[in-house]
Amino acid sequence: MRYRKGFTAVFVALALLFAASSAYATTCVYCSEGSPEGFTPALYTSGTTFDASSRAIFDRLVLFERGTTTIIPGLAEKWEVSDDGRTYTFSLRKGVKFHTKKNFTPSRDFNAEDVLWSFYRQLDPNHPYHKISGGSYEYFTGMSMDKLIERIEKKDDYTVVFHLTRPEAPFIANMGMDFASIHSAEYADKMMQAGTPDLNDQDPVGTGPFVLVQYQKDSTIRYIAHPEYWGGKAAIDKLVFSITPDASVRYAKLKAGECHVMPYPNPADLAQMATDKDIQLLEKEGLNVGYLGFNTEKKPFDNVDVRRALSLAINKQAIIDAVFQGAGKIAKNPIPPTIWSYNDAVKDYDYDPAAAKKMLVDAGFPNGFETDIWAMPVQRPYNPNARRMAEIIQADWAKVGVKAQIVTYEWGEYLKRSKEGEHQTVLLGWTGDNGDPDNFLSVLLGCDAVGSANRARWCYQPFEDLIQKAKVTADVAERTRLYEEAQMVFKDQAPWVTIAHSVVFVPVRKEVKDFKIDPFGGFVFYGVDIQ
Amino acid sequence: MVVPAFIGVTLLTFSLIHLIPGDPVMLMAGERGIDPQRHARLKAQLGLDQPLTVQYAKYVKGIFHGDLGKSIVTKKPVFAEFMTLFPATVELSLFAMFFAVVLGLPAGVIAGVKRGSVFDHTVMGVSLTGYSMPIFWWGLLLILFFSVNLGWTPVSGRISALYWIDADTGFMLIDALRSDEKGAFISALSHLILPSIVLGTIPLAVIARMTRSSMLEVLQEDYVRTARAKGLAPWRVTLIHALRNALIPVITIIGLQTGVLLAGAILTETIFAWPGVGKWIVESIRRRDYPSVQGGILLIASLIILVNMLVDIMYGIINPRIRHNR
Repeated sequence: MRYRKGFTAVFVALALLFAASSAYATTCVYCSEGSPEGFTPALYTSGTTFDASSRAIFDRLVLFERGTTTIIPGLAEKWEVSDDGRTYTFSLRKGVKFHTKKNFTPSRDFNAEDVLWSFYRQLDPNHPYHKISGGSYEYFTGMSMDKLIERIEKKDDYTVVFHLTRPEAPFIANMGMDFASIHSAEYADKMMQAGTPDLNDQDPVGTGPFVLVQYQKDSTIRYIAHPEYWGGKAAIDKLVFSITPDASVRYAKLKAGECHVMPYPNPADLAQMATDKDIQLLEKEGLNVGYLGFNTEKKPFDNVDVRRALSLAINKQAIIDAVFQGAGKIAKNPIPPTIWSYNDAVKDYDYDPAAAKKMLVDAGFPNGFETDIWAMPVQRPYNPNARRMAEIIQADWAKVGVKAQIVTYEWGEYLKRSKEGEHQTVLLGWTGDNGDPDNFLSVLLGCDAVGSANRARWCYQPFEDLIQKAKVTADVAERTRLYEEAQMVFKDQAPWVTIAHSVVFVPVRKEVKDFKIDPFGGFVFYGVDIQ
Repeated sequence: MVVPAFIGVTLLTFSLIHLIPGDPVMLMAGERGIDPQRHARLKAQLGLDQPLTVQYAKYVKGIFHGDLGKSIVTKKPVFAEFMTLFPATVELSLFAMFFAVVLGLPAGVIAGVKRGSVFDHTVMGVSLTGYSMPIFWWGLLLILFFSVNLGWTPVSGRISALYWIDADTGFMLIDALRSDEKGAFISALSHLILPSIVLGTIPLAVIARMTRSSMLEVLQEDYVRTARAKGLAPWRVTLIHALRNALIPVITIIGLQTGVLLAGAILTETIFAWPGVGKWIVESIRRRDYPSVQGGILLIASLIILVNMLVDIMYGIINPRIRHNR
């Protein structure tokens, strides 16, 4: 009899387990790759943090249409730009509800106060929250917002005016970026009064499609759908981030049905994923570029002919095949084809070692020269294996008589030394922030960026004039024309060898509907359904 | 002995982590870079602009005040971060050790008693294999076989994503039991099986081999022969007379292995997405999160010292002679 009871207990337990697993219907489990640093996007810069915070919990004045870089109204229903391009007036959406939490029930809807709070926290060193949680706003200052925003004015509860110090066309795209997420000023005040301002960052209140319920470090993040979301309640009821750092294990979990969506698959697993009947392997061109930058301040790379010759000497297709294993496309421009104003008329330096050799002889280097190639020590979407890439380039250059030594440092050291211009040539890349061409061309190649992100240390006036003019022009057609021309100048001057734009793969289970790959590399679950 | 050991640990971790090149501010800024004034300001904010001796003095002073500093990355107190992760490590280590002792001890005893038999050779062969097994490969193999192919055990994590358990104690089994959710406890238990086996494999092999050789030695002692001559039952001679003495070196090994489990579960934690302290320390090293690395290692070292003290006390309980000699 006792035996039987034990047996029944086990049976019941198993049945419960089974019943539980069929309740997946409204829960979406995402096997994320790491823990977020925190939940206030403005304080951090990593995509892992943004997936867990800005893309689930918060909204911004403008949003990017899911799966595209197109700007659509968010918490602002519409906006107007003054003729001089220095004043942006946002009309705010009415009836937007903040999340209700165990310790907070909002007494009012979203309004201008929340916009002011969210930006002044970052802008004003005397703001009560400025120094809370470490108080460094890397993205905000990195995008020069502290120098750009002169003041923000509340005209009435639903109208906010941003006064800029100079005209800046990419400003509206910046408003869609993660750091521009809108917090609840009421909740922040309440937490400050309670003496727990840190809670505002660790367990924040936003207007976004999901409400943060629980975070267990290195383990799980749990959300429920915001029942009163202004865009309509999410199709899934619950969203769980199951933090799984190893890519092979993520894949095993996906196969076993323990998660629905996984990021960053191992390139070696892609072929098997494509044939798995339970999995859909989604793919999209990444918003990125991997490049080799010449230090144009150093000899012999101050000579444009040398740069052109070495560009001709690199077999990019071999790199795509060996390093990207097919998951990449040859880049000819410094911006990816998914960004508006991409100039397809630009002619690339096609692989031609004979022409390269001749050009080097003409430039005064009949016996070649010695140089270095810096290879990053880390994997990045735009460069999955920099060491291998450097070896291929080294071999290609050897064929035209250029002897290159491969150099590498620890990542922080690599960034620091390359920023200071210690290299001759450097492998690096960029993933776009806001889909604006300026975010590539001026951040990476502008004169102001020499000594920071402009690793080629290339300051070329005709190019600089074009991108500066485009930056202050509101008319998109005119901006497009200027950027197209800038890409021509760039190619002619060859400060970089543009190598590749990677392709992003996201495996999802077949029951997942309407998942769209975010061009910015994020994972967005509003709009996703499980069937 | 404890005080010099602590000073040694603080000095060693502090100097080693600062010897590795790299700058946390630079790592935070990434490809974008950061202007030199801002870089200097952030470093000053973190106290990294001061000479190393001053930084060390501040760190030691903090320890005396029970303050291990705040993480550079998450900006939360290091001690609080450690305490949220530590229960997971303890839970896993205990289960792994339980698995290793329950299997390793009897296997070692039988192999010792039946020296030269097929069982002996099998135990020794299997334990050597277990000892030499690369953890990463072993973990993935078990996952693929038991979780993906057979579907018997979950792949990773501490509990199914369906159960929303509040982390009151941090020990998932206890929290699951206390919650009202049905099936949560079984789910938490099933999540422990594979990681415990993987983490317990090496201690299992060590314990089995140590028990065997220790038994062999003791079984040849005169008093064992006397006991046999008195006509005592063979199981009584083995378990009461021989095993008790044979256990002394085994307990030492178990103590040392517990220390290894607490600090060394990094690979197992990574494979099974187990939110423990090992993985946290490695991640902190990667990000040059100095306060987390220093605080984490100091706490782990304190625990290892504590476990070793407990082992010393255990000797006395098992063998009164050691107690008297003190």
